[in-house]
Amino acid sequence: MRRIGDAPLIRRLLIGAALVLSALFLLLPLVAIFAQAFSQGVMVFWSNVSNTFTLHAIGLTLMIALLTIPVCLVFGVALAWLVTRFSFPGRRILQTLIDIPFAVSPVVAGLIYLLLYGRNGWIGTWLDGHDIQLMFSWPGILMVTIFVTCPFVARELIPLMQAQGSREEEAAVTLGATGWTTFRRVTLPNIRWALLYGVILTNARAVGEFGAVSVVSGAIRGKTNTLPLHLEQLYQDYNAVGAFACAALLAFIALLTLAAKAGLEWRAARREAFA
Amino acid sequence: MSIHLHNIAKHFGTTQALEPINLDIHEGELVGLLGPSGSGKTTLLRIIAGLENADRTAQPSKILFGDRDVTNVHVRDRRIGFVFQHYALFRHMSVYDNVAFGLTVLSRKRRPSSGEIRARVFRLLEMVKLEHLANRYPAQLSGGQQQRVSLARALAVEPEVLLLDEPFGALDAKVRQELRRWLRHLHDEFNFTSVFVTHDQEEALELSDRVVVMSNGRIEQIDTPDELYREPKNRFVFEFLGDVNHLEGKVTNGVLTCGDAYWHVDLPDGHEELLLRPHEVRLTEQPTSESHLPVTITAISPVGAEVRVELEADWLAQPWLATVRHTDFEHLALRRGQRLFAHPRHWRRFPKAESKATEQSRVA
Repeated sequence: MRRIGDAPLIRRLLIGAALVLSALFLLLPLVAIFAQAFSQGVMVFWSNVSNTFTLHAIGLTLMIALLTIPVCLVFGVALAWLVTRFSFPGRRILQTLIDIPFAVSPVVAGLIYLLLYGRNGWIGTWLDGHDIQLMFSWPGILMVTIFVTCPFVARELIPLMQAQGSREEEAAVTLGATGWTTFRRVTLPNIRWALLYGVILTNARAVGEFGAVSVVSGAIRGKTNTLPLHLEQLYQDYNAVGAFACAALLAFIALLTLAAKAGLEWRAARREAFA
Repeated sequence: MSIHLHNIAKHFGTTQALEPINLDIHEGELVGLLGPSGSGKTTLLRIIAGLENADRTAQPSKILFGDRDVTNVHVRDRRIGFVFQHYALFRHMSVYDNVAFGLTVLSRKRRPSSGEIRARVFRLLEMVKLEHLANRYPAQLSGGQQQRVSLARALAVEPEVLLLDEPFGALDAKVRQELRRWLRHLHDEFNFTSVFVTHDQEEALELSDRVVVMSNGRIEQIDTPDELYREPKNRFVFEFLGDVNHLEGKVTNGVLTCGDAYWHVDLPDGHEELLLRPHEVRLTEQPTSESHLPVTITAISPVGAEVRVELEADWLAQPWLATVRHTDFEHLALRRGQRLFAHPRHWRRFPKAESKATEQSRVA
């Protein structure tokens, strides 16, 4: 007997549609990026990438990502710990608040930061009086990037830590372990894969963020231009190869991220099968 | 190490999980906390362990281990062993590392050398007969093996008090029986003080030196299993410790009537409810001058040491259960649908106002 929905015609139709759509919308653009980037040869690609402004944009982007990750890591673990191990009034509201950066458009997030910390903003006026400039410089870019990426780690950890419960931690404490030892030897090993996965997602988003960053950065070439912003500027300047060279770099980082994610998922699946 | 609890109460939100409780557990005793779910037994155990704090009330609460006041001592410094219902083994550590954990987290000064830890862990694993599985991970063990590892882990730090939260609740009947016997043996050999939580009255009665029966956050009775079974202080204890048959009716001039059934009892006039255990019901083919309680057999279960017979009648709100010896069962040639007469050998009543039980035996 055949299972429902397993008629050969339907099956072929659905699989065919999925393949065609993936090729059209996912694979083809990816191929096009690399084709365009190398359309005038490797030398032209290389000269575009090794351009001072591009190198600076790469440097800034990587620095922002490297600074964002530890902040999000600590914040995510602390938040997940708080929400899953303690019960207090407002716990549910807090769990909903975590999702604000997902729900709000990044451009809106950028604007809010500009309004708050910009020269004429609520906090910005005071900061200006003390000669501190956050907007239109890298600290502003870092701030909005953290805002946009902060839910990833917590979102990965909360369901896992909820499912695992606190019994193992309780057992560790009854055996005389201190809070730090319990975290290091019991909690952390249990959540490490989810943690790493959260970090990969955080990194991908931090590198690729455009909307929020474009509002607060000012896009000063060689100063506050991140790779996505630089890409857009090159494209506006009719430097298609330069733009696609940057796009190829971003796409390459994305592919690395995907490979790392697939690797982790494969590992997790193997561990489960083993257990 | 003896345990003294004084004025321990606990609220969760607006629900009172424990009413103020006093309890003394003697050194070397094995005490069972018995009660239905929601009776507060696990909460009490977790408060003894220090995993939960008792309410701060006007009258200060106190927890003493021997002479040591541990009321404000953190769990990790109470020197207890705690065994969880679902084992709570560290899933990413081998059996060996699980058992060694309590020793490896000791401060450098008090930590034994690695060779000594190794020897001690293997001694414990030998004791729980799992030394051949030292390199396995918890997920590769059966439930009974996991619970033995968790016991070895708790004992590794040489606690003076061993606390067990429904330790055998998640295991099947045969393994449970084996582990029970083994725990009793271990307790007698090492002579620590143990408190365990269970909702299984058979387990509590079989294993404990004394049983604390709890319901709704209150202690109903504390006694040895024998006394508890023979002299329950109130109706809750009596009903919780085994199957109970109810007989409700009106007493006039020393005769209790209920529909077409009647029975001579030595009680004043009024409404009465009498309770009797299945083994206190005798079945005969004829009524006696003392009693006339016609019943019909609706089910027979010959499994076990005695035959369990279910009885129904118009005058009964709920079916009765009677246990009959196999020889009597054959002698009476019992079968389903058969009409017989029940004779109570012994009964109890728990008048609502007073908690003191009245009981009466009758040789019929």
